[in-house]
Amino acid sequence: MAKNLSSDVAAIEKKFAVLKKTEFRGETSLLVERAQLKDLARFLKEELGYSYLIDLSGVDHFGEEPRFEVVYELVQFERNDHLRIKVRVSEDHLSVATVSDLWATADWHEREAYDMYGIGFDGHPDLRRILMWDGYPYFPLRKDFPLAGKPSDMPEVAFSATAPLAGGPFVTAPSAGTTEDREPRSREF
Amino acid sequence: MSTTVAPAAYDSKIEGNVIFTRIDAAMNWMRKNSLWPMPMGLACCAIELMATASSRFDIARFGAEVMRFSPRQSDVMIVAGTVTYKMALAVKRIWDQMPEPKWCIAMGACASSGGMYRSYAVLQGIDNLIPVDVYISGCPPRPEALIEGLMKLQAKIDGEKSFLAQKESLAALAAEA
Repeated sequence: MAKNLSSDVAAIEKKFAVLKKTEFRGETSLLVERAQLKDLARFLKEELGYSYLIDLSGVDHFGEEPRFEVVYELVQFERNDHLRIKVRVSEDHLSVATVSDLWATADWHEREAYDMYGIGFDGHPDLRRILMWDGYPYFPLRKDFPLAGKPSDMPEVAFSATAPLAGGPFVTAPSAGTTEDREPRSREF
Repeated sequence: MSTTVAPAAYDSKIEGNVIFTRIDAAMNWMRKNSLWPMPMGLACCAIELMATASSRFDIARFGAEVMRFSPRQSDVMIVAGTVTYKMALAVKRIWDQMPEPKWCIAMGACASSGGMYRSYAVLQGIDNLIPVDVYISGCPPRPEALIEGLMKLQAKIDGEKSFLAQKESLAALAAEA
């Protein structure tokens, strides 16, 4: 861990409860409490200078409890430090506080996480679906959602149907072979 | 006073400028050589569609260079790219706004069958919604393939008997009455 980053982490640990600290190939990840996320985000931005949110994404740990996770990738430009913050969200209380008032880029990223996983963001100014249409009944990136999709219908707006998977996931096979060997086909694993 | 009527005489000046043909042949000839496309560019196939329209491949040689961004002025819809469910009914709506006669080319794997996108988000072939005349394989197809598809469509139009069919159905109605 870089010297500045370790002092940042120490400052965070002094003020907030860090549930788990992971270091992997020079990348630092902190798992924090859901209730403290908003205060931590404000502290990171205003006190430690993490002015840039690269990405905000959702994860579905199907079968674990809490099931969902929200991941924040942050950058401190002046020191070129990269910090990853994670929050676990249970299915019963499926929401975290929005950070779109701190980093404007979080607006659409939170909409995407909501669209794909159904994770709510309290205080978000405009939490609508961003990729699927308003009124689509499912959250397609959840692990219990089938790869082929499910049928749905909203007259005059959009419909969806189940895709034919022909007995296996329809995937490419990376190799040095010809296009015919590599192209997407139904393959068994 | 009597009006003089000029007799229909042989006029050597128009000789060679008059041809005799069937009206279907004339209509088909005009239709197939001025196919104005509605470029339904939805993904990377649209890049190849643009290349086909540009100088190297020059789809103008086949009379199809006039890309119309208004469906009301187009003859053939070239569905170039992945049709997502979110876009599907918009494509259908544009198709419905095109005046008859109209044709459809499904360009590339995605428009023809969903391609590699066997997923919750992608319509598995635009022929689920609108009738397709020509399917072009490829991911994306080369401009030559699109030009061949266009030539196939021209051959199809050349065989249409719209006027003759109308005449025959009118004759059948008259025979019934």
